[in-house]
Amino acid sequence: MAIASADTAIRSSSFSRVLIYLVLLLFALFYLLPFGIMLVNSLKPLEEITGGNMVSLPREWTIAPWLSAWSTAQIGVEPTGLRPYFINSIVMAVPAVALSTIVGALNGYVLTKWQFRGATLIFGLLLFSCFIPFQIVLIPMARILGILDIAGTTTGLILVHFVYGIGFTTLYFRNYYAAFPTELVRAAQIDGAGFFQIFWRIMLPSSGPIIAVSCIWQFTNIWNDFLFGASFASGGSAPMTVALNNLVNSSTGVREYNVHFAGAIMAAAPTLLVYIVAGRYFVRGLMAGSVKG
Amino acid sequence: MGFLDINNVTKSYGAVEVLHKVDIEVQEGEFLVLVGPSGCGKSTLLNMIAGLEGITSGEIAIKDRVINGVHPSKRNIAMVFQSYALYPNMTVGQNITFGLEMHGVPKADRDRAMADVAKLLQIENLLDRKPGQLSGGQRQRVAMGRALVRNPDVFLFDEPLSNLDAKLRVDMRTEIKKLHQKLGTTIVYVTHDQIEAMTLSTRIAVMYDGYVQQLGTPKEIYDNPANLFVASFMGSPSMNVLPARLRNLNGEIHAEITGAEDQPLHLRIENAPESYRAYLDAEVMLGIRPEAITDPEGADRNARNIQSLHNTVSVTEPAGADTFVSTTLSGKDCIARMRADADVHPGQAFDFAVNMDKAVLFDPKTEERIG
Repeated sequence: MAIASADTAIRSSSFSRVLIYLVLLLFALFYLLPFGIMLVNSLKPLEEITGGNMVSLPREWTIAPWLSAWSTAQIGVEPTGLRPYFINSIVMAVPAVALSTIVGALNGYVLTKWQFRGATLIFGLLLFSCFIPFQIVLIPMARILGILDIAGTTTGLILVHFVYGIGFTTLYFRNYYAAFPTELVRAAQIDGAGFFQIFWRIMLPSSGPIIAVSCIWQFTNIWNDFLFGASFASGGSAPMTVALNNLVNSSTGVREYNVHFAGAIMAAAPTLLVYIVAGRYFVRGLMAGSVKG
Repeated sequence: MGFLDINNVTKSYGAVEVLHKVDIEVQEGEFLVLVGPSGCGKSTLLNMIAGLEGITSGEIAIKDRVINGVHPSKRNIAMVFQSYALYPNMTVGQNITFGLEMHGVPKADRDRAMADVAKLLQIENLLDRKPGQLSGGQRQRVAMGRALVRNPDVFLFDEPLSNLDAKLRVDMRTEIKKLHQKLGTTIVYVTHDQIEAMTLSTRIAVMYDGYVQQLGTPKEIYDNPANLFVASFMGSPSMNVLPARLRNLNGEIHAEITGAEDQPLHLRIENAPESYRAYLDAEVMLGIRPEAITDPEGADRNARNIQSLHNTVSVTEPAGADTFVSTTLSGKDCIARMRADADVHPGQAFDFAVNMDKAVLFDPKTEERIG
């Protein structure tokens, strides 16, 4: 009896499994379709696209659109390609992500392990900053960048993204550290570790998953941001998103769709890469064994 | 002045005072156990000695140096936490030497100290593992190693055994006692387990409701409890507490209780202190430990005043080494602890032998000890 029922259980589960995977595969293909079309068209000569063959594979494979988008395409008034702007975005995003993550981690550490009067209020205010729409801060921010004399520079953009990100990163780290055993901090205090030593030696090494979450979130937001980039950086200091817009909108003769596709993929590639590299830390529990499991 | 002095220490959170004027003097090499139910303030007191909680008033001194406001790392103490609090990202060896590293001890000395401690605790083969790869008992040892390696003046233990299973707990208890006997260190140990308190300590402070109810050797606490709380908290099964009346019969003081059929029973009290006379014909609480009520053959040969008590047996519970026998006295279930092979059956009228040397009296209103 037991054997018979186990038998049917396996059969029905393998059938539903096939069904589930089939449906999931269809969804995955559907979501990958736009990316596939972009990729295919970025590897075709322009005549094939204008000839009406958007979906089919290239008859003649070429990387010329990629080379053009990277180094020779017309961006605004200069034929520089996207390369300098890609570098701009890297130079902007990396420090902004690093700074906001470190400050968020410090905030979370202080708000949970060094509780002081009004800590909850300060956390509430920081949290509130997550809900302020970008548009509201545009004018005050422009004024401050002007006062600091970094308006229109990449440094200015770093500051904007860094400050804007603190609310989110603090939220992540505070909630993560709230579940972090306080006894570890106390043990380290008795062992003679100071404020920053506890942070560097005890807290941060156990924060892998939340650092990954914070970095992915911050990098995606900062890299993809268009409004701040368009408002606070001009000409040569514009980030990738603004440059991509300029590439697509530069109207000198024919619209080179294949070059536009290649440029769009270039703009999307870093965020994809971050997900692939850091995504697996999402699920990893690095806290195993610190306290009784 | 003792080695560790706790002088009139109080602790308040806002307007709420949770520890009231605690006064304990610990001598060098003593094993002091703070025992009490949850919320009695024992862990708070320990954290105050450690410097993890502030002291509202009074002072704490180690070796005559007042340590109020001194940073935990500068008090020369070490603490073993309930959850062990091992650093998850470091190996066992790094865990043990972290404190030395923070105190700027050179690497060679750290390694030597670590090797000594590892040998003492038999964890040499674990030094390269991470805490996550250790069993509960091994983590416990590492946590003790981390405390030992610093060679502190005072060891603080915060319920270190409560996360272990029953058998391991008994083993580690013996281990801690051995370690204390070998090293002769001063230990303050917090637990809610009265058996741990009895077996480990040289002195016990029984705490309840923010007060130290009684401070004394395990024997003093067990045989001469200061009040009803201490009497019923210490000992398992706990002390039988029976409403009784003191009577003067033929010039000698007797405790009058009632049996299973409401018949009056009289237990003579020898060498009654003068203070008992004030309670003549008044109600008192009579406390008798289960092991002071036995079958006549199992009674303590050295006892001077064994009284016979004829009553009906209600339940017997053989527990292997002993048999616990319940009988109703003064309307309450009263437990007697007898030899395993005592010939007792439920419903039987039995002659209990009560060792009145060990009986204690309490005032029913104040719950304080009389005498």
